[in-house]
Amino acid sequence: MAEMVKKATRESFGEAVTELAAEYPDVVVLDADLAAATKTGIFKKKYPERFFDCGIAECNMIGVAAGLATCGKIPFAASFAMFSAGRAFEQVRNSVGYPKLNVKVVGSHAGISVGEDGATHQCCEDIALMRTIPGMVILNPSDHYEMKAAVRAAIEHKGPCYIRLGRLAVESINNGDDYHFELGKGITLREGSDITIVATGLMVSEAVKAAKALEADGISAEVINIHTIKPLDEDRILASAKKTGRVVTVEEHNIIGGLGEAVAAVLSEKCPTPVTRIGVNDVFGHSGPAVDLLKEFGLSAEHIAAVVREKLGK
Amino acid sequence: MNSCDKKQLKITAAKVRLGIIEGVYNAKSGHPGGSLSAADVFTYLYFKEMRIDPANPKWPDRDRFVLSKGHCAPGLYAALAERGYFSTEELKSLRHIGAMLQGHPDMKGTPGVDMSSGSLGQGVSAAVGMALAGKLDNKDYRVYSLLGDGEIEEGQVWEAAMFAAHKKLDNLCLIVDSNGLQIDGPVSEVAGPEPIDQKFAAFGFDVQIVNGHCFDELEAAFAHAKTVTGKPSVIIAKTTKGKGVSFMENQVSWHGTAPNKEQYEVAMQELTAALQELEGC
Repeated sequence: MAEMVKKATRESFGEAVTELAAEYPDVVVLDADLAAATKTGIFKKKYPERFFDCGIAECNMIGVAAGLATCGKIPFAASFAMFSAGRAFEQVRNSVGYPKLNVKVVGSHAGISVGEDGATHQCCEDIALMRTIPGMVILNPSDHYEMKAAVRAAIEHKGPCYIRLGRLAVESINNGDDYHFELGKGITLREGSDITIVATGLMVSEAVKAAKALEADGISAEVINIHTIKPLDEDRILASAKKTGRVVTVEEHNIIGGLGEAVAAVLSEKCPTPVTRIGVNDVFGHSGPAVDLLKEFGLSAEHIAAVVREKLGK
Repeated sequence: MNSCDKKQLKITAAKVRLGIIEGVYNAKSGHPGGSLSAADVFTYLYFKEMRIDPANPKWPDRDRFVLSKGHCAPGLYAALAERGYFSTEELKSLRHIGAMLQGHPDMKGTPGVDMSSGSLGQGVSAAVGMALAGKLDNKDYRVYSLLGDGEIEEGQVWEAAMFAAHKKLDNLCLIVDSNGLQIDGPVSEVAGPEPIDQKFAAFGFDVQIVNGHCFDELEAAFAHAKTVTGKPSVIIAKTTKGKGVSFMENQVSWHGTAPNKEQYEVAMQELTAALQELEGC
């Protein structure tokens, strides 16, 4: 059993890409004046010749990354999710997605847990945007260990990837010896029979806490960690939905276009099952401490448990 | 340049222009105006300037070319076909369903296309990335990218220019096809990108202005660009939109319109006559 680590996934990302750089000499890192925040600064310190600060110009950064990829490099292009996936969306689509170039777009400070910076920086649209690009792999790891595994998987996968990073320090949940990361495969963290909770990113640990609380009430909740939102592990979700007959999704993202809609689409087409989406309810955020905001927007174990009780009429 | 080489380039450029009209006519859509204005630049790059091997289009040490003004794909395709990357017969299937030649360049399926492009402003950033990779790997290949004078209204072009100069990418050579016209009218009336030379100079580029239809001037400019150290180069090629087809020259309406059958025949007659005159002399 690995030790429990409380760390923001952005920091785990910065460590992972730096650790893997020796093994993968083609890895290069680009940032847009946010190296201290996205933690690419860790890489910059060790590999200054392989690090390119593109300045506050994200659209050009994505294009430069695409050009580097045509020459065999494996570029990680990082900024806040609002800017790498948001501002530079069309560059990601046309310069990376369409030519299927081996660029890893990194979106840090995703979701409402950016906190005090407020709505302009709280990106709750990145997953929706990236999902619409054909062939884009979307990774949203839930903790330190999963981020480390995901960065390696992104390097080993040849083609466009989007990796979502969080600002807030989170306690690790994937430190067990049996933890195994496989791109495109979800992980069933708890088995249950009454309801399925499908969660991603920061919300996975909240879903596990909710399931533990529900167990005390006699409710058996299955919890699935979806670290890869695209391609989605449809088989795992379908099998669980068939077993429990009801699904709740949890994500730190607009309920429009994210995990919830992806899960609902699969189920409605292949195994119609009632789905309840928990996420940011199509509203902009505002300034405040991250932990308080998560509670306010219903992104907490307590709220997940309350929704499950309500849906099950218990 | 000796007169024999120059004559051969002129003959090739005439064939490239015929290929442009052939492609756009058969596609019943596309962009002849800017393809024709850049035909001499395409010809010079692919037949004189660039270190390339059509038999080995992915050769790692080749010079790269990114058509940032991707809508002028008919010009690029005609040059690539003439250079032997694929058959000139392919030009007739431009923009057709199932065809290799997409409306805008697609690097996945077309030999010789180094980067997909078409969304204006993006190709130049990719070219900067290629130049950066060349520096990182200590390779001596050069990277060329052709932009439109309308295209440089895109902010990303200037993000790329600032970064290229900051990184001292002297292996990067941009060419601006300065034909003075964009879809909505003369560039001077739409958004006024001039003075283009002063803008690039202020961004840290070595700047040259040439007649983009004169091979002697193109030769001198590209030769000079190779001697520049510590900064990227830009060659502003003054051109005539629609060059070579009398009724298309300097006409905004021929930016993105295909000729009908009668217009196609007139255009082909004019270009064929020009070619025969060159070959006969």
